[in-house]
Amino acid sequence: MGALTGLGGGVVLIPMLTLVFGVDIRYAIGASLVSVIATSSGAAAAYVREGYSNIRVGMFLEIATSLGAILGAVLAAWVDPKWIGLVFGAVLLQAAYSSFRPGSYEEHLAAGSGRMAQLLKLDSSYPAVDGPRHYHVRNVPAGFGLMGAAGILSGLLGIGSGAVKVLAMDRAMKLPFKVSTTTSNFMIGVTAAASAGVYFRRGYIDPGLAMPVMLGVLAGSLAGARWLTVAPVRALRILFGVVIALLAIEMFYNSLTGRLG
Amino acid sequence: MTEHEFEMKLGNLLRTGVGLAAAVVIVGGAIYLNRHGAESPAYHTFHSEPARLRSLKGVLESCLQLSGRGIIQLGLLLLIATPIARVAFAAYGFLRQRDWMYVAISSFVLTLLLGALLKST
Repeated sequence: MGALTGLGGGVVLIPMLTLVFGVDIRYAIGASLVSVIATSSGAAAAYVREGYSNIRVGMFLEIATSLGAILGAVLAAWVDPKWIGLVFGAVLLQAAYSSFRPGSYEEHLAAGSGRMAQLLKLDSSYPAVDGPRHYHVRNVPAGFGLMGAAGILSGLLGIGSGAVKVLAMDRAMKLPFKVSTTTSNFMIGVTAAASAGVYFRRGYIDPGLAMPVMLGVLAGSLAGARWLTVAPVRALRILFGVVIALLAIEMFYNSLTGRLG
Repeated sequence: MTEHEFEMKLGNLLRTGVGLAAAVVIVGGAIYLNRHGAESPAYHTFHSEPARLRSLKGVLESCLQLSGRGIIQLGLLLLIATPIARVAFAAYGFLRQRDWMYVAISSFVLTLLLGALLKST
């Protein structure tokens, strides 16, 4: 499922585990982080070879996401699960909304790069049909800030928050779309590893639960990547949007009636 | 080593990490299910994992006792270590390029990740 929609599996996995199987949300977050790392690393192995991801951009922004993720994971211990459920519901609604109106993927290459981008040597090029195409990077501080927020969400909720990361690079920093998605995928794994460390030490990662989740997600992402080329993307997005919206409503309901955790 | 070769190696590293982690989890899972498969798990109430499944040392000790849960946990740790190894590998790559600013940036990220995993609470 994750590979099919370009969203991390966590956003589906956590509501499934908590709402359908009645798992405590903290166990669900631990298992989800594991699955996020598995999908990210598996997919990144393929992307890296194609030369799309910008490792400098990824690494620099990792400072923001890792700090955010650790902060989020620490916060998760202090916050009532009810509030985690409410924030999660809001994130689900946003994901549903954006899957109903897919953005137009026109390239909006920036004419020049920002001062921070030059200082950090972020400009790069990516392979296109007619040879390598050069691109500039803009609005580095705004992207950095958004990445911090993405990290906090990721650490608090146990999701990859890839959507926020793509938003930061694609919209704010004006990176080409393919570079944004592949770099975001690289970063998701590193961010999840940061919070997974905190969750591991706190005993939120249960082997009996994480084992089937990790193996299932790996098998699913292998199958999904194959199927992706023939899948009716538009119909899938709408189906995904409906499912997510329903999960969001149920998440809100359960949080408010105190049935979560 | 050219940039391209470097990226190929990076891809292999990720693949190996995930594959190895999955293999270890499968072995541990087989032992675990063999012993406890019939029990019904209680995940609806939260109680933190026992101390031996929360630290690197504890996990290694339970692996030596061939505990299924311990071996699964080792596999999960390998999986968590994969992105960390990737950051370390990138740091090494920047070092070879003598790109000191990015050596510093990746070392900082690496320290954060290792700190989150290993630092005692």
